[in-house]
Amino acid sequence: MASEKEIRTKIKSVKSTQKITRAMEMVAASKIRKAQAQMEASRPYAERIRRVIAHLSEANPEYRHPWLDEREVKRVGYIVVSSDRGLCGGLNVNLFKKLIAELTEWNEKGVEVDLALIGSKAVQYFGRLGGNVLATVTQIGDKPNMNDLLGLIKVMLDQYSEEKIDRLFLAHNEFASAISQKPHTDVLLPVSEIENNDELQTHWDYIYEPDAAELLDDVLTRFVESQIYRGVVENFACEMAAKMVAMKSATDNAGEIIDSLQLQYNKARQAAITQEISEIVGGAAAVSGG
Amino acid sequence: MSTLHVDIVSAEGEIYSGEAAMVFAPAQLGEIGIAPRHAPLLTGLNAGEVRVQTPEDGDRYFYITGGMIEVQPNMVTVLADTALRGDELDEAAAREAEEAARAALEGASKETDLKRAQQELAEASARHRAAQRMKGRS
Repeated sequence: MASEKEIRTKIKSVKSTQKITRAMEMVAASKIRKAQAQMEASRPYAERIRRVIAHLSEANPEYRHPWLDEREVKRVGYIVVSSDRGLCGGLNVNLFKKLIAELTEWNEKGVEVDLALIGSKAVQYFGRLGGNVLATVTQIGDKPNMNDLLGLIKVMLDQYSEEKIDRLFLAHNEFASAISQKPHTDVLLPVSEIENNDELQTHWDYIYEPDAAELLDDVLTRFVESQIYRGVVENFACEMAAKMVAMKSATDNAGEIIDSLQLQYNKARQAAITQEISEIVGGAAAVSGG
Repeated sequence: MSTLHVDIVSAEGEIYSGEAAMVFAPAQLGEIGIAPRHAPLLTGLNAGEVRVQTPEDGDRYFYITGGMIEVQPNMVTVLADTALRGDELDEAAAREAEEAARAALEGASKETDLKRAQQELAEASARHRAAQRMKGRS
C-alpha cells in the first residue's frame, strides 16, 4: 500500500486539476450566453435580406440568377466549421463523423469534393487525412468577425460561379440546447428556401439603382455570407456548451478520484496507528512479562 | 409630423432601430434623403455616413463601410456591411485564405483517405463504449 505521504501528494495534485477544470467550466458557461446573444443578433439581418431576395426574385421573373438554379452535380464544395481548441468532448469528432459519411457517399457516386476549413481542428484533421482543401481560416477567437471569413467565402463562391463546383454545403454544429449539439449540413448554394410570401404578391415594385440584376448579385452574396457567419457563431456556442459539459464531468470525475484516494489515505493512516499500538502493547507485554 | 421606422442592421448585430423624420444615406449614385412616404427603392450604399433625423433627440450619425438600403413608404432598412469591401480587398482576402490552406496542409494528399477515416472513427467509438462500460462498473 502507498504511503500516507504519497497519497497526500496525489490528492493535492488531483485537487488542483479539479480547480482548473471547474474554472474552465465556469468560463465556458459565461461564454455560452455571449455566443447565444451573438446568434440572436445576427438574425434580423438574415431575415431582412431574405425578404429582399424574395421580393427581388418575385419582381424579376425574366432574370434568373445562376445561384438560384439547380444543376447537375459533378463536384461539390463543403465549408467545414470546427473549433479552434479542444477539450470540448466529442463535438468535432461527431461533426467529422457525419462529414466523412457524406464524403464517402459522394465518393461512391463518383463526385469529387472540395473543402474549405474554418477552425484549427478541421485543419489538423484533414491535414492528417488529406483532402482537396482550397482555403482555411483559423484562430477565429471568441467573437467571430465577418472580416476574417470573407476571403474563404469568396474562394468558395467563385468556385461556384465558375461552375467548378455544382453545390455548396455548410457543415457545422447546431445549437439545440446547452446540453445538446447536433452536427448538421446545410445546402448553401443553390439558394432554394426563398419562399414567396403572400404579402409580397401585391403589385408594387422597387425602384432599382443601379439595376436589379446587379443588386441581386450583391444581396445573394451577403445572404450566403450571413448564413456562414451564423454557422460560425452557432458552432462557437456549441463549442462552449460542449466544453462546459466536458469540464463538468471532468470536475465530477476528479471529485470521485479524490474521494477514493481519501478513503485509501484514511485506511493507511488507520493501519499505521493500529500497527503502532500493537507494537507498544507488544513491547509493554514483553517488559512486564519479563 | 409623420415619421418612418428605421432599422440599421449588420450581420453581426442590430445597430439602430427607431423612428425618424428623415434619413440620409450615401447611395451608390449619390447621396439620398428619404422622407416618409418615399417610393419603394432598393440601392447599394457606398462607405459613408448614414444620418438619421430623430423627432426627439436630434441627428444621429452612423458610419457604414457600405451595404444596401431598402426603402418602403414607412420603413427604411439599412443592411450595413461589417467589413470594408471592394474587389481588390476581397481578392486579397481570398488569396490569403488560399495561402493559409497551402501552408497548413503542405505535403498532405489531395485525396481524403476515407478508409482510414472510417477506421479511426470506428476505433474511437469502440474506445468510447469501453470507457463508458468501465465507468458504469466502478
